[in-house]
Amino acid sequence: MNGLTATNKPIYDSDRQVSLALSELRDLKKYHYLLRQLVRRDILTRYKRSVLGVAWTMLNPLGTMLILSFVFSNLFKAEQFYSVYILTGIITWNFFSQGTNAAMSGLMWGGSLMKQMYVPRTIFGISAIGTALVNLLLSLIPLILVILITGAPLYWTWVFVPISILILVCFTLGFGLFISTLGIYFPDVAEMYQIILSAWFYLTPIVYPESIIPERLRWLFFANPMYAMLKLFRLPIREGLIPTFAQIWPAAAWGIVTLVLGWLFFTSKSDEYAYRV
Amino acid sequence: MPTVSDTSLPAQEPSPVIILDDVAVRYRVPTERIGTFKEFAIRLITRKVSFRYFWALGGISLTVNRGEVFGLIGNNGAGKSTTLKVISRVLRPTKGRVQVFGKIAPLIELGAGFHPELTGRENVYLNGALLGYSHQQMDQVFQDIVDFSELGPFMDAPIRTYSSGMYARLGFSVATSHQPEILILDEILSVGDESFQAKCRERMRQFRENGATILMVSHGMANMSAMCDRVGWIDHGKLRMVGEPDEVIAAYRQENA
Repeated sequence: MNGLTATNKPIYDSDRQVSLALSELRDLKKYHYLLRQLVRRDILTRYKRSVLGVAWTMLNPLGTMLILSFVFSNLFKAEQFYSVYILTGIITWNFFSQGTNAAMSGLMWGGSLMKQMYVPRTIFGISAIGTALVNLLLSLIPLILVILITGAPLYWTWVFVPISILILVCFTLGFGLFISTLGIYFPDVAEMYQIILSAWFYLTPIVYPESIIPERLRWLFFANPMYAMLKLFRLPIREGLIPTFAQIWPAAAWGIVTLVLGWLFFTSKSDEYAYRV
Repeated sequence: MPTVSDTSLPAQEPSPVIILDDVAVRYRVPTERIGTFKEFAIRLITRKVSFRYFWALGGISLTVNRGEVFGLIGNNGAGKSTTLKVISRVLRPTKGRVQVFGKIAPLIELGAGFHPELTGRENVYLNGALLGYSHQQMDQVFQDIVDFSELGPFMDAPIRTYSSGMYARLGFSVATSHQPEILILDEILSVGDESFQAKCRERMRQFRENGATILMVSHGMANMSAMCDRVGWIDHGKLRMVGEPDEVIAAYRQENA
């Protein structure tokens, strides 16, 4: 354009061809304060009107665990420290199901904003996972309490748990971005996803011991990324084992591949969201 | 309120801050809403996914200079808001090129980023973050926001207890808490009562004096002719006329009489 000096670089130029996946990353860096604010908002508002407030984050999985262990304890008598087994499973699962669901509804909420102003669009998904992460960390407190109360050993191998969390976060974020992209194009996905989640819940050994699944059906576990994730939590927390490389890599591969694909899929469509939501 | 120094007052030579070069936006509207996978898959296979294409903007070229107050007029659906969206990066143009030389402060639908359960104070910070400000930047202007909105006694009450006027006042105060380089106003200058509106206009005037570029859309012609340096008339996605506010408004009125 004439009349413009070369030093005058535009802040925004629709012609500048950068990959959407990368420019999204760059913009996110600028908006890290918004990320913190969104997580804060979600945590504050969820329990704002209840008396016990954030304590519900800890009481919820505890309650579910009590019910399940009451219902199933006779059935799965052989399983040692069954309550620790269930609670670890529920916490891991809740992170995934809440995180992906919140990512989907967060994007719908953000939709009204995205029509009016620019914000990095992944920020709603990332903040949803951030909120779920805070909940996950809080629910480790009742888990430790249950371990102490039931007399189950508290292993030093807990030091591995941050790595397990990191891998689970990658997988959940990737999957959340993927499912929320679908949710924007097909509103029915949100409903359908609830059914998928409940089937997935029962296909994963969360409440029942792995041993009740016959040998010839075990392959089902290995096709299930949540099984690999669950292992990374149960081994160090319940069995006192640092996962072996053979146990880590399937989970890590699921995590990284899902995150990269989810990110690419989401950002490739993100310029269309403003007139989709 | 942080202000920029006087050196940034409009220079003798106009320097463009917003350049639209033959910008076109095409919306793709499915002829029927396809809500399920099954339907979509069936239609994809039978090649019956049909879309209606609709050019919301059909090639607009426009340059807005630094320090200018530029107004857009036109009938409903003419493409005024779409133009603003293309400039504020909400939509990517289907064709053409948009260049923006400066940080844009969108004045969004007032209170769009508010959460009803949070207090006024918490919402100020949340809304500021949405506009891209940091915590320190919001700390700096917080008192100013409270003063301007006249909501001091209500800052710690949940915003769901606010009246719609209070809501709008807080939204406006946050959105205009920093001196913007480019301010975008989409039909929202009618906030609050008479005296608050006067304050809003005063703030606009200050921004302008400090060198901000203002881009506005409104149906209030009196307002437009009073505030704008230039006005553009958009009709069916095309720029019909650009020039002196009164001339353009007169031409627009003549055709729509």
